[in-house]
Amino acid sequence: MFDKIKLDNLKNEGVENVPMKERREFLKMGFALTGIFAGGTIFSAVSSIDRVFASSEEFASKYPYKPHYSMVIHQDRCIDCERCVEACAATNHVPHEGYRTRILQRDVPDAVGQKREFIPVLCNQCNLPQCTRVCPTKATYKDPQNGIVMMDIAKCIGCLTCQEGCPYNARYFNEEKHAVDKCNFCFDTRLSKGEKLTGCAAACPAQCRVFGDLSDQSSEVYRKVHQIEKAVWVLRPEAGTRPNVFYTKG
Amino acid sequence: MANGINTTSISLNAIESMVVGRLKSGSKGFYALLLLSGLLVAVAAGVGIHAMVKGHEAFYNVTREMPWGILISAYVFFVVTSTGLCLVSSIGHVFGVQDFMPIAKRSVFLSIATILSGFFVIAFEIKIPWRMAIYNVISPNITSNIWWMGTLYGIYLMFMFAEFVFLNLDKHKPAVFCGFSGSVAGIAAHSNLGAVFGLLMGREFWHGPYMPIYFITSAMMTGCAVIILFHYLAYKVNGEQMDGKMRRALEVTNKIGILLICVIMFFTTWKMVSGIAGQPAGKYEAIMALVSGQFAPNFWIFEVGMGMVFPLAMFYLSKGKNLTMMFLGSLSMIIGIFVMRFDLVMVGQAVPVFHELGVNEYKHIMSYTPSLYEGLITIGGVGMTIFMFLLGEKLFAGHKVEEHAEHH
Repeated sequence: MFDKIKLDNLKNEGVENVPMKERREFLKMGFALTGIFAGGTIFSAVSSIDRVFASSEEFASKYPYKPHYSMVIHQDRCIDCERCVEACAATNHVPHEGYRTRILQRDVPDAVGQKREFIPVLCNQCNLPQCTRVCPTKATYKDPQNGIVMMDIAKCIGCLTCQEGCPYNARYFNEEKHAVDKCNFCFDTRLSKGEKLTGCAAACPAQCRVFGDLSDQSSEVYRKVHQIEKAVWVLRPEAGTRPNVFYTKG
Repeated sequence: MANGINTTSISLNAIESMVVGRLKSGSKGFYALLLLSGLLVAVAAGVGIHAMVKGHEAFYNVTREMPWGILISAYVFFVVTSTGLCLVSSIGHVFGVQDFMPIAKRSVFLSIATILSGFFVIAFEIKIPWRMAIYNVISPNITSNIWWMGTLYGIYLMFMFAEFVFLNLDKHKPAVFCGFSGSVAGIAAHSNLGAVFGLLMGREFWHGPYMPIYFITSAMMTGCAVIILFHYLAYKVNGEQMDGKMRRALEVTNKIGILLICVIMFFTTWKMVSGIAGQPAGKYEAIMALVSGQFAPNFWIFEVGMGMVFPLAMFYLSKGKNLTMMFLGSLSMIIGIFVMRFDLVMVGQAVPVFHELGVNEYKHIMSYTPSLYEGLITIGGVGMTIFMFLLGEKLFAGHKVEEHAEHH
């Protein structure tokens, strides 16, 4: 048992006596744990990387997909010009009733300085997607090569459970296709044809959306996610889906 | 259906004349009701097919944010009822409690009628139901609760149908086997339906083990109400007096009903308290929408008042003997339970997934009002149960079980 009295009798050694190494460790831990507030559910870089995978060991060894497509969104660069939304609709023939990506607006009237920000959202191509788990017919599945959450529209029964399961509201029923539709990082329309960027990333005039291969250590997305100087976070980490779309500022 | 009354000793002609004779024995009111309920089904099928052909979007009020509407809650309501009928009636004819024997046949028949009504309604909510028939078989996803629910309910229906046939053929052993298997399949299917909601992370109002447990318990509560309601009505339709055995059966059903209402009250209390204490994100907003928000009239008047308090009072005061009070209690309870299902489906979706993000688009709790088509299809589902109930009363001559009960 833990002896309380003995603990109380311990002498306070004072912080000045704490070795430099321990101080450094403590500060590191502080940096790692401190989620810098910027609205919504925010986690610091270290925790968001952990959340990409089932365990951090897995992260350390390798990414499960090759290429492991990912997007880093510079939230503060978005000016809500909606060119990404237009490019997405044009590239992927998104009908008027739906969208694969959109820009959310957040007003904070009491904030000092800037009072409005824009948050682009799209399918997070999660590593543990709920949509694929709940689909009764495997009409939606995680591509074994690149990890993109795909749709096999011929199998979709339209029960819309995937829409209920998605914590990002990234799915909608496409009346023309008679199936649920969603972002697939423009795989069929661009990536499979040799393009390097998604339609939205290519159309953004502010380089807000950085797209790339997270398994490639020289890629921009890798460098943006694997650092602790700037906060990197994911939306709704509590849903446990390990998203591949990250957010940052600056 | 003729199988149910067929025996090897009578010819087809004899069966035909018996069926015709039974169907012709109804009063004018009976035929009017039969016609009306049949019409409701026809209208529902008509508008449902219309929406299916023209695209659901134009006719249903469901949205991207709230993709499940009243048809899902009606489906849940019907399958809850069916499972409840199966479970409560199995106490007698499967587990051998003699007091419950007289309600067996009608309850099993109604459990088939209600699940078919459920399938009827869901067929118009699912956008492409025929693909389900193909890909549920050739591309099954065993991590999907929807898949398990659909498959198990298919098995359940098969067992319940077989059980009904065996009950009518007075074949006790296979009837017990089918009844037991049907109950197991029913519990598995129904708890999976609970898990369809309960295992969705990020939908705080639903998430957790509560849903599957609650679904089974509330199914039994619903079963009691439906057994009392339809047995009361059946004796009105047939113009007969209940005998002592039937009265005793309803008395014990009434007792179990009281117990189950209390259990559901207990469950509901803690569900509400756990959603308020500490104001858990996402869940708190949903619970408050029930307590004092847009769902408050539904919750307090229908769920608590009509679904629990009034039936509890009626069941208790009736002492299991005053059939009128029991009838009123069970009718009120069924209406209350329907609203419970509606709230369960809607409140779970009403808190937007990006609510916590604080964005302008999703600051408020969302609302949903059923469209005309959705309403008509729901009413059609109720019509289907009533139609099959009425038809069953005549076709199976009041589901008499006395002879059957005396066999063992």
